[in-house]
Amino acid sequence: MNIEIKDLRFTYPTGLEALKGISLTINAGEQVAIVGQNGAGKTTLVRHFNGLLRPSAGSVWVGEWDTAKYSVAKLASRVGYVFQNPDEQLFSRDVLTEVAFGPKNLGYAKDKVDELVKRALSLTELNDQTETNPYDLSPTWRKMVALASIIAMDTPIVIFDEPTTGQDAVSVARIANVIAELKKEDKTVIAITHDIDFCAENFERVIALSNGGVLLDGEAHDVLAQEEILAQTYVDPPQLTRLGKMLGLKDTVINQEEFLKAVGQD
Amino acid sequence: MALVTLQNVTYKYPLTKTPVLQNINLQVNEGEFVAVVGPNGAGKSTLCYALAGFVPHFFKGEISGSIEVDGKESSKSTLDEWVLNVGLAFQNPFNQISGAKYTVFEEIAFGLENIGVPRSEMKARVDEAMSLTGISDLADRSPYSLSGGQQQRVALTSILVMRPRLLVLDEPTSQMDPIGTREVFGVVRKMAEEGMTVVMVEHKVEWIAHFADRVIALKEGQILLEGKPNKVLTSDVLMENGFGVSRYTSVAREAKKQGSWKQDKLPVTLFEAAEGFAPTPSPSPRERGESKK
Repeated sequence: MNIEIKDLRFTYPTGLEALKGISLTINAGEQVAIVGQNGAGKTTLVRHFNGLLRPSAGSVWVGEWDTAKYSVAKLASRVGYVFQNPDEQLFSRDVLTEVAFGPKNLGYAKDKVDELVKRALSLTELNDQTETNPYDLSPTWRKMVALASIIAMDTPIVIFDEPTTGQDAVSVARIANVIAELKKEDKTVIAITHDIDFCAENFERVIALSNGGVLLDGEAHDVLAQEEILAQTYVDPPQLTRLGKMLGLKDTVINQEEFLKAVGQD
Repeated sequence: MALVTLQNVTYKYPLTKTPVLQNINLQVNEGEFVAVVGPNGAGKSTLCYALAGFVPHFFKGEISGSIEVDGKESSKSTLDEWVLNVGLAFQNPFNQISGAKYTVFEEIAFGLENIGVPRSEMKARVDEAMSLTGISDLADRSPYSLSGGQQQRVALTSILVMRPRLLVLDEPTSQMDPIGTREVFGVVRKMAEEGMTVVMVEHKVEWIAHFADRVIALKEGQILLEGKPNKVLTSDVLMENGFGVSRYTSVAREAKKQGSWKQDKLPVTLFEAAEGFAPTPSPSPRERGESKK
């Protein structure tokens, strides 16, 4: 199921014009990272996908649904949204209840709910924590609970808002694994991220926003090579891209595999 | 001279079974900038709370050993005495912002009001602190209308304005873009140059290597390694433990195996990696980024 965004404009009640005419198609099964400086409009954009915000002008379609005409509750069956701060999202007394809440609410039968919850807990490595109160977990693991509770809803589209913030390397690898698994299941994954290296290692398409508009959109490899243009939205290229440039490597490299291949040939 | 001395500090929260800090011994000198790295759950935030007096004064629990700042011992002080010397910026700025103030300016002035700083001095100090962290233009905004990165700057500013002897920062740049991160590290370095002692928990190791004087690697409540940034951050111990390793370090370690990295010493920063992979020509000053001092 595609997401179609047609000349989307959004102005906050304060008068702040956050999106100034965005047109994009996000195809079913794509892994898309959205990057750009604080205030570029990233969160405002994705909050239109699940109806948390409604267009001031233009439209957003999720499959054949015009999001302006569907409730947030209805859109939740198609679009899962993992908040940047898990504390904005968690409310149950134990992890199991939290993770089961979404699929139950979508009206799945008990067997199906159990199966979805089990899979979500195992992907996020929370199997041992089902009875724990989410607020007794560290922020890292609370993030995992937030992630599990959305994955368990089995939506065709999953949005992650800053998934790697405050996470250590082990945890980032766990999140990357979740994204890889969702990809195998042909789900669309959209992530807002400042972590450009995470983006270079896990996403095939990158959209750079600046000042409420699309600055760049394309394959990760091509977009992340545009150092000067990305600088306009305060995005540094991936670390190994910069290193490759400083060394004068012929081709742009965006991750370790590409870098080692390139220096190995020199 | 040591401003901070921790001796055999072991601490357990009221509801945890095992100690979160185990036998920590640590000295931090006046004006020193110490960075703390470690996996999630290592006890980094708890160490920050212990330095800031919240452990044990606020969180209770069982503590043994001693924590001294500027010759005073935490267990013999009250929290309101302690915070005059030590400022902590929380990991999640949302937990720090008072909720009692309508504007950023008032939020930053809140601490000064509480300790009875005269009005004229208060205004000057708030303006100065906001200009230092680059948030003067946010003065009239509501703290809650800000982005995560902006809230973090407000949280940092509201601590800096108190001019603590010891500044404790728990992942102060976690929600910031690269430019914000660079500025915060710059400000913190400047404060250290001016004599403020800094303990900063941070995952962004290239910036640590660039700016910090010393690195402490914490794991499971214990100090695993400590020393000069480059030495600690390139050690095999960190790689084996899966934390605190920059991409430049790990790519060079792999490149060493395939023969394209020829030095013994591994890099942490872009500049070190560029130098090591291609001894000549050396990168331009612009590409090196700003210098440490």
